[in-house]
Amino acid sequence: MVNLIWLIMLVSGFVVSAINGTMHKLTEAVFDGAQSAVTVCFGLISIMVFWMGLMRIAEKGGLLAGLAKGLFPVVRRLFPDVPATHPAMGYIVSNMAANLLGLGNAATPMGIKAMQQLQTLNPTPKHATPAMCTLLAINTASITLIPTTMIAIRMNLGSTQPASIIPSTILATAVATLFAIILDRYFRSRI
Amino acid sequence: MNTMNIVTIIASWSIPVLIVTIPLVAYFRKVPVYECFIDGAKDGFQSAIQIIPHLVGMMVAISVFRESGALAIVVDGFGIITQWLSIPEEVVPLGLLRPISGTGSLAYVTDLMKVHGPDSLVSQIGATIQGSSDTTLYVLTVYFGAIGIERTRYALKVGLLSDLAGFVASVYICMWLFK
Repeated sequence: MVNLIWLIMLVSGFVVSAINGTMHKLTEAVFDGAQSAVTVCFGLISIMVFWMGLMRIAEKGGLLAGLAKGLFPVVRRLFPDVPATHPAMGYIVSNMAANLLGLGNAATPMGIKAMQQLQTLNPTPKHATPAMCTLLAINTASITLIPTTMIAIRMNLGSTQPASIIPSTILATAVATLFAIILDRYFRSRI
Repeated sequence: MNTMNIVTIIASWSIPVLIVTIPLVAYFRKVPVYECFIDGAKDGFQSAIQIIPHLVGMMVAISVFRESGALAIVVDGFGIITQWLSIPEEVVPLGLLRPISGTGSLAYVTDLMKVHGPDSLVSQIGATIQGSSDTTLYVLTVYFGAIGIERTRYALKVGLLSDLAGFVASVYICMWLFK
C-alpha cells in the first residue's frame, strides 16, 4: 500500500509536470524535499533526546506503573471477557499508559505481549477475538497527552507558540478514542 | 476568562509542569534522575536519526507531487465537499494519508507548515490530526501479524471509522479554538 502511494505521488507528479510544462521545477522539488526532511529530523533530535530522557525518569519513577494502576478499573470494563487476574490485563494497562505518555517505542512491545496473552484465551487462533479488536481500537485511536513530534517540528519552523496544539490534540484524541470504544461495543454486540 | 485564555494557559503550563514534577517525584522515590535521563536520552537520539530515510523518501514524493501541480488537482477535486462542510481543503489529503502511512502524513504536515506557516489554521489542524491519531493499518499489521491472526473481523472498520471521527473532530476543534 505504502509502495503504491509513494510511486503514485512520484509518477503522477511527473505526468502532471509534463502536461503543464513545469518540468524545470521538479528537480528543485526533489532536492528541496530531501533537504527539508533532513533539516526537520535534525531539528527533532534536540527535543526527542530531551523528551525521551524525561520519560525514562517517569518510567523509573513509577509514573507509568501508577498510571497503569489508575487505568485498571476502566480497562476491566472494556475487556469483560478477560479474567481480571490474567497476565493479558497487565500488558493492556501498560500499553495504554505508554500510549498516553506518547511512548510509542514502549507501547508497541507491550501491545504485542498483550496480544500474545489474549491469543492464549482464543479458541480459534486464526480469528481475532472481540478482546483483540478492542485492544486494536484503542491503539489505532491512540490516546495522546503531549504530541512531542508535532511540537518539535512547529518549533523548528518558527511557530510563536509551538505548544498551542496540546489542548486541541487532547480533545481530538479523546473524541476519536471514545468513538472507537463506542463502535467496538456496537460491533461486539452484533455477534 | 474566555476559551482562548484557558487554552493558552494549558498549552504554556503543561510542559514546564511535567519537566519539574517528573524528576522531583522520581528523586523522592530514590531514582538516580540524571543518569536515568541520559540513559533514556540516548534512545531519543536513535529514534530521531532512524526516521531520516523514511522522511526523505516521503518529503521528496510530496514535494514533487505538490510542485508539479498534481496536489492542487486532488485538492480541487475535494473542493465541493470541503466548501459544503466549510473546512480547509488542504487537510483532506492528510486525512486520507494518516491511517495508511505515518511518515507519509508526517511529511505532508511538515510540507503544510512550510507552505502556509506553522501558525496558520491549516497547519494547526494538520498538527492536531497528526498528533492525535496513529497509523491504523500499521498498528493492525503489527499487532495481528505478531500472533498470526488472519481474520480480523471488524477491527479495520472500527479503526478507519474512528480515524474519520478524529479527523472531523480535529478540524472543528481547531476552527473553534484557533479562529
